[in-house]
Amino acid sequence: MTRSNAIRESVGDKLFLTLVYAFLGLVLLVVLYPLIYIVSSSFSSPQAVISGKVWLLPVDFSLAGYRAIFSNPQITTGYANSLFYTVVGVFINVGLTVMLAYPLSRSTFYGRNVIMGFLVLTMMFSGGLIPYYLTVKNLHLLDTRWAMLLPSAMAVWQVIIARTFFQTSIPKELGEAAELDGCTDLGFLWRVVLPLSKPILAVLVLMYAVSQWNAYFEALIFLKSQNLFPLQIILRNILILNSIDSSMMVDANKMAAMQGLRDLLKFSLIVVATVPILAIYPFVQKYFVQGIMIGSLKG
Amino acid sequence: MPATTGALERKKTESTISGTSLVLRDRGKRVKRHWQLYLLVLLPIAYLVIFKYIPMYGAQIAFRDFSPVKGITGSDWAGMKHFSTFFSSPNFWILIKNTLVISIYSLIIGFPAPILLALAINEVRSMRFKRLVQMVTFAPYFISTIVMVSMIILFLSPRLGFVDHILNVFGMESVNFMGIPNYFSSIFVWSNVWQGIGYGAVIYLAALSGINVDLYEAARVDGASRIRKVWHIDLPGIMPAATILLILNVGQIMNVGFEKIYLMQNPLNTSTSEVISTYVYKIGLLGANFSFSAAVDLFNSVINLVLLLSVNYFARRISESSLW
Repeated sequence: MTRSNAIRESVGDKLFLTLVYAFLGLVLLVVLYPLIYIVSSSFSSPQAVISGKVWLLPVDFSLAGYRAIFSNPQITTGYANSLFYTVVGVFINVGLTVMLAYPLSRSTFYGRNVIMGFLVLTMMFSGGLIPYYLTVKNLHLLDTRWAMLLPSAMAVWQVIIARTFFQTSIPKELGEAAELDGCTDLGFLWRVVLPLSKPILAVLVLMYAVSQWNAYFEALIFLKSQNLFPLQIILRNILILNSIDSSMMVDANKMAAMQGLRDLLKFSLIVVATVPILAIYPFVQKYFVQGIMIGSLKG
Repeated sequence: MPATTGALERKKTESTISGTSLVLRDRGKRVKRHWQLYLLVLLPIAYLVIFKYIPMYGAQIAFRDFSPVKGITGSDWAGMKHFSTFFSSPNFWILIKNTLVISIYSLIIGFPAPILLALAINEVRSMRFKRLVQMVTFAPYFISTIVMVSMIILFLSPRLGFVDHILNVFGMESVNFMGIPNYFSSIFVWSNVWQGIGYGAVIYLAALSGINVDLYEAARVDGASRIRKVWHIDLPGIMPAATILLILNVGQIMNVGFEKIYLMQNPLNTSTSEVISTYVYKIGLLGANFSFSAAVDLFNSVINLVLLLSVNYFARRISESSLW
């Protein structure tokens, strides 16, 4: 087998493979380098960052940026808020998604095509930003924690993925057998379907957690109170609008040092804002491809 | 004799009547037996009605002169006034042009990129390298739009960014990339590719792994080269998935990422970075011009819908896969 392979590996094939590896190597480098650069910069001294001495590894290792971040009350409040929105939000998201996706996957559920159409229509057409805003306003959700949770409580795409998963990986006979044994639909869902659906639950948790942790649009249009802001809004103020509360710079007296610290802080902030969500990936990775694969293809 | 036929006939109609009612009764029974399923969907349906369908109904605000006191349905009708104001405003063509340039550019570059990556990963035989590439390219998916935009700004800034340092090493002048209108669409599109390529490739990799292995065996027996194998087996194998994603993408053509563009905007680049969605936000929510901005938005949604329907129509005629 290997021998015949070796014979058939023509010059053209070898060239093609080399090109493939070169391409992947380039992609790897281009994706990885900015990430390494950010992390290395965040652990370097302000002077090293500004003068461009950092290009791969940290220069003059320092934790000044991180120290400045965690002594800032705005950032810590934002962190706590984001944690809250993510944890509570994911519970609501996954709950609603399963509640809709599971019945839609059952052939015994009369009217599922109507509901499916009702669901898909929202993907194709929306009322637009202004009516959406006014709806949330009329419900008196503006400037409350609910504004970060309810308007984004469920995503159509995720429902479709979950429905396809239930349809293809829970055998119909299992449901029939359970019914004969006198198991109710809810009991079946809770005791049989959910334990068998860990891959899709992992995928849903990951997808929703990413979007909740990174959510910024809802906060931008619905929130006004500083103490409700998620981390992302704080990040925007510091990273993009460049407005840093000067009280943050207590231990840096000189103007130049302040500017340096301000730049350094951006790198550390990027790391601090991304690591928590990146950290859950390894845990769900083994389910991820499986879940997406089953879920998305038959969309 | 006539009596018997009459009786027979009556019997027939009776049986059909009872037949349909049997079906109905059966249906009723089924609903009753599975009442818990109906209970389950109540909450999600309520969500859809409140946050998706009520705003759809509220879109009529575009045809009214909104007054906060009277509410959406109570405000006076304005007909097509807001639409004609928009069509005749000098901003109209600029907005359309910017929106189309950015979205078509995104489609041309962003759509094939994950396919290319997936095909390349699929050629790799070493499982470890394969997993490494997948894991690394997937990582940027976790970066939020805000962090992404700040990374772009940091990297491209004329004083701090590594791009600038590289330019200086080669003896070139520093460039303020974010301040040059012509660079905006490229920065937007390529940074999207950077962030989304690994995530996008997952679906195609899944499709590739579902291809029948016999096809490869047959190709090998026939002496096909690797390139021909990719062309004749891999590509057709991912076609259905690609078609669906293409249709969905085209249906979103006018909805280029509001969040990212809004965050990337600065006074120097607005001439190419102002798109319909950012304009709607600015005049609508920041400028409190609700009805006019809703009209602009509605116009945008209708174009998207028309695009989606027509692409789906063509896809159904040309290939076998379509959304419906």
